[in-house]
Amino acid sequence: MTIAPEREPETIALPDLTVPGRGTRADKIFRYIALGAGALVLVVLLLIAIVTTQRAWPAFTELGFSYFLGTEWIPSEGEFGILPLVWGTVLVSFIAIVISVPISIGIALFVTEMAHRKVRSFVITVIDVLAAVPSVVFGLWGFFYLIPPFQSAFNWFSDLVSGIPVINAIFGTSTGSSFASAGIVLALMITPIVTVVSREVFLTVPENDRAGALALGATRWEMIRGVVFPHSTGGLTGAVMLGLGRAMGETVAVALLIGAVPRLSIDVFGVGETMPAQIFRNLSEADDLFRAALIGLGVCLFVLTIAINISARKVVVLVDRRSRGDA
Amino acid sequence: MSTMTPVSPSTPSPDELSRQLSGASISLRRRIANRTSSGLMVLAFLLAAVPLAVMGVQVFSQGLAVVTDVAWWTEPIPADVGRADLANNEQLNDLGFGTSGTEEEPNSSASDIVLGMQPAIVGTLLTVLGASAMAIPLGIMGAVYLNEYGKKNRLASFIRFMADVMTGVPSVIMGVFIYSIWVVNFGVDGKSAFAASLALACLMLPIIVRSTEEMLRLVPDHLREASSALGTRTWKTTLSVVLPAALPGITSGTLLAVARAAGETAPVVFTIGFVTQTNWSFTGQNTSLSAQIYSQFVNGGSLATQLAWGAAVTLVGIVLVLTLTARFITRHFSVT
Repeated sequence: MTIAPEREPETIALPDLTVPGRGTRADKIFRYIALGAGALVLVVLLLIAIVTTQRAWPAFTELGFSYFLGTEWIPSEGEFGILPLVWGTVLVSFIAIVISVPISIGIALFVTEMAHRKVRSFVITVIDVLAAVPSVVFGLWGFFYLIPPFQSAFNWFSDLVSGIPVINAIFGTSTGSSFASAGIVLALMITPIVTVVSREVFLTVPENDRAGALALGATRWEMIRGVVFPHSTGGLTGAVMLGLGRAMGETVAVALLIGAVPRLSIDVFGVGETMPAQIFRNLSEADDLFRAALIGLGVCLFVLTIAINISARKVVVLVDRRSRGDA
Repeated sequence: MSTMTPVSPSTPSPDELSRQLSGASISLRRRIANRTSSGLMVLAFLLAAVPLAVMGVQVFSQGLAVVTDVAWWTEPIPADVGRADLANNEQLNDLGFGTSGTEEEPNSSASDIVLGMQPAIVGTLLTVLGASAMAIPLGIMGAVYLNEYGKKNRLASFIRFMADVMTGVPSVIMGVFIYSIWVVNFGVDGKSAFAASLALACLMLPIIVRSTEEMLRLVPDHLREASSALGTRTWKTTLSVVLPAALPGITSGTLLAVARAAGETAPVVFTIGFVTQTNWSFTGQNTSLSAQIYSQFVNGGSLATQLAWGAAVTLVGIVLVLTLTARFITRHFSVT
């Protein structure tokens, strides 16, 4: 048994683990198990697409154009036009994004450019906790504690603009449950994801560029405008789109706050309905064509969110996502 | 990495630099712009933090009284608090929201009713346990493939990309999927804790794959090389060197996925059914905390609403413990 290192080049080169002997079989099996587990992601996605489309097929074929382009969704009368629901989903997500994006970018800047170590760790914990609150709790809380004040605020604002044409069509009177209520709560719910991705984007800005701008006499704000933002436009677009995807799929909180009336209307203070909320409310007890129509909504939502997520991931600069404490 | 790290020990941090440079030489307009921007950043944080704090206080003040009673954890869910259709399997009617409090309490007087939630607590534990038992091993093995075998090849890159995309698929879709593939085939009997576990496992899988892979990437290569140098096969190196080294990170990422699954409502409601008695089995209808919050809210009435708040506190408690444990682990045991 010589312990002294032998000077053979073969032993210095990478060990050849494919040589026959004990363990090669186990190695192969392990490799295939791992491959199978990895491929499972693709299998599940494919299965989702196939199975749901198959179940929704009656709605697609029997209803045809009236399904995709119909403007009335009245299940009791057999009217299944998804446009009001698609519209509701888009409008609510839009409201959520408009409110959430400035806040999220602000928090991300606060964390990366301004806060000191301890504050930063605290802020990140708060955002983590916000992300952890279950959707249904947001819904329950929103219904009992936000809807009443929202109603008075909306009606006050509606009165204020009632004389102005067009604007008064957007801000009508409210019963509390509305596109706007759902959108505002949704904004709070998607803030964590947009914040986290924005922060990752800001962290990729080279430290030297920051120091350079400051050395030239820029204030912090000028440094952010001149260095951080130009460097981050692509990544921020991705962050916004990820938030949008999240907002469109958010179900329970929206279901409790939006009022459950499918409506093609620009009146943001009025009641409405979204695709996931409609599925959520009715799928358990739906039959036949109604069930197919609901699962079809799921297919549309799936396609929409997949498309948004794919484009978001293409855009966003995915950096080392180290979910470490206060990296 | 801290963005505030000085470039070299002798260079002052950008923060300090900016403080030095925002002196009197800077024009008033620029100073105001700078101050305003800082103020807006703090405001942005407050806009998220204050509602969260208010919500926390309000939810807990509503639900804490119910939860602190032992009966909450040991008794079945009272079946006669709301409408008659509470006991019905298909409780999700075409409801008009805001009907709460309009109907009379049923004959049994309100004071007799014991507010219990054990079935939902058991159901939540079962579904999350089942989903974890499926998604955690598979997710970790998937990550092992991506990081130890596939690395940068095309299949691995594609899986990585699609796993990212899959994390963005709404949870309600997972529910629709399992409903379509399971409940439609097996009927109402197919609704069970197991079916709900399947839906939650679909939700957890991509999250675990991606977070575990990130953690495996942080394991230094020299550990793998040292193990190989001793003649260890890759599978054994992975199991006995790489995974243990990444364990804290994997645990915390997994806990976050578990927390997310525990809080989900949409995928569970279609697949779990409804019971008011504790069901310890994976088969047969069951219920969960999130499903109870929703259905009790829909039932309306003061007792049902109390049940909903109590379930909300219980659920938030579970999710918070999981999330904060995950954070604690990352902070105190992380590699690198």
